[in-house]
Amino acid sequence: MEEKNSKYILGFEKPLVELENKIQELKNLSEKEGIDLKEDIQRLKDRLRRLEENTFKNLTPWQRVQLARHPARPKTLTIVELIFDEWIELHGDRLCSDDQAIVAGLGKINEHRLVWIGHQKGESIKENLSRNFGMAHPEGYRKAKRIMSLAEKFHLPVVSFIDTPGAYPGIEAEERGQAEAIASNLEKMSQLKSPILVIIIGEGGSGGALGIGVGDRVLMLENAIYSVISPEGCAAILWKDQSKVEEAAAALKLTAQDLLKLNIIDGIIPEPRGGAHRDVEQTASNIKRAILREIETLKAIPLEELLIRRKIKYRTMGKPRGEVDE
Amino acid sequence: MGWFQKTYNRIKKGKKKIDVPDGLWTKCTNCSEIIYNKTLDENFRVCPKCGYHFYIGAWKRIEITLDEGSFIQYNSSLPSVNPLNFPGYEEKLKKGKGKTGLDEAILIGEGKIEGKQVAIAVTDFGFMGGSMGLVMGERIVFIADKAAEKNIPLIIISGSGGGARMHEGVVSLMQMAKVASAIGEFKSKGGLYISVLTNPTMGGAMASFASIGDIIIAEPGALLGFAGPRVIKQTIKQQMPKGFQRSESLIKHGMIDMVVERAKIRPTLNKLLDFLVF
Ligand SMILES: [Zn+2]
Repeated sequence: MEEKNSKYILGFEKPLVELENKIQELKNLSEKEGIDLKEDIQRLKDRLRRLEENTFKNLTPWQRVQLARHPARPKTLTIVELIFDEWIELHGDRLCSDDQAIVAGLGKINEHRLVWIGHQKGESIKENLSRNFGMAHPEGYRKAKRIMSLAEKFHLPVVSFIDTPGAYPGIEAEERGQAEAIASNLEKMSQLKSPILVIIIGEGGSGGALGIGVGDRVLMLENAIYSVISPEGCAAILWKDQSKVEEAAAALKLTAQDLLKLNIIDGIIPEPRGGAHRDVEQTASNIKRAILREIETLKAIPLEELLIRRKIKYRTMGKPRGEVDE
Repeated sequence: MGWFQKTYNRIKKGKKKIDVPDGLWTKCTNCSEIIYNKTLDENFRVCPKCGYHFYIGAWKRIEITLDEGSFIQYNSSLPSVNPLNFPGYEEKLKKGKGKTGLDEAILIGEGKIEGKQVAIAVTDFGFMGGSMGLVMGERIVFIADKAAEKNIPLIIISGSGGGARMHEGVVSLMQMAKVASAIGEFKSKGGLYISVLTNPTMGGAMASFASIGDIIIAEPGALLGFAGPRVIKQTIKQQMPKGFQRSESLIKHGMIDMVVERAKIRPTLNKLLDFLVF
């Protein structure tokens, strides 16, 4: 894990990594040669902290896109492993196959029994090929739908982890009804007689994200993104120029901070400084705390009221604030 | 998403590339037949030679679907907003208005088919590709609620190649959930929802309201799907099979109930209403 993480360094992460390496070098030198370099090391550490603060205090939307797509960013199964006391994975849509780009299963956190679903990107190139980079076929959405029916039947809350560039645009995906699979999930989730908590952990890529993303509460990790189209796609359409991705990322208002302001999401889960990949365990622990808080709240709401609230939530989605008559 | 622009330009060009007196004749986009406009109109704007279905606007669609004079429009003064202050969006809206005479890419209302009362929505490809933003979301919810309240069937005729409207960002994406929720509620109360798909219906429209009909009908040759052909081609780097994402392919793969030529849509709807509701 450690080695792989260091392989992927974003442009704006580079000065930080270089400084970190230098500190390590001095530490090694001090140990090996028995020289006291405490002061120098402390000075570099202070500089690193200031640099980190400056870099991550005012991230641009495009920098957040890069963080959200960081190959070392914690993925659904990593998070499930870290936050559930016990869990098992379930497979297959019972119609066609078992899409590896969407995972689902059962689990327990403290006294809470939960159903979990999520997009799954790979941890390596090889795994990414079998996971199709987290881009699901209709089978993935139908697997998720089947597992959600299970949640409904056994009165279990659903936690959905969103992390996909989008639903897969391929021939078979189209022929087997990609649009229908997503549409049918939207309908299902809007009426599901179980609490649903949605957490966007990385990339929320358009309809492919929304296909398992309708819920009572929608949270985003601090550096996650959620968009109707990729900044690259938007730049190509709008300016016919792929190099305008930064402008496109800003225009799309795809950051957690913007979407909270627009009333699209309900809350932001903080990430460790430098992004979720810099401290995966801390990230998982933040997510766990948020899940416990939200699930306890949602479970306390009578089902009938929960469904009415969900309905109102989506009915008012996108309305200018003044018009929201909740 | 951008492919629809290309398709639209092609349609426009097809109409304009006439070397005969303007407004009298139209050259068929598909078979190049020169057709007398009056003949084309009488034939529901379907080429008499090859059966190619030309684009028709939302008002024309209302005219050929409902009993004459039965249409009452609803919710016609909902202003478009620019929730993200997206660059250039207002101009796009203005262009769409000029092109179609509509205030948005959707018309909703109530009317009759052979005397049977229905709630109806029509989306118009001519207005920003028929893409769905906040106004379309609101209107679909309005008409689904109206259908539920009056206990009448709901018909949505889609010509939404633009899918979710990029210029409204995630707000447009959320309209997919919004309309699926409203239609889902209507259906769960026992309402009949018939979805009619016309060329083209793609992306966020196809992945929400257009695909959840109790019955789904498509016009012949309509381009229907989730991802645009250009995006797929870029991704898989190979040629698409012949007829891919067309109505005839969707029915073969079990995705729709029937392919019905334009002239027979009204009688087909009438029959379905007769079998299921009235
Ligand atoms: Zn023709």
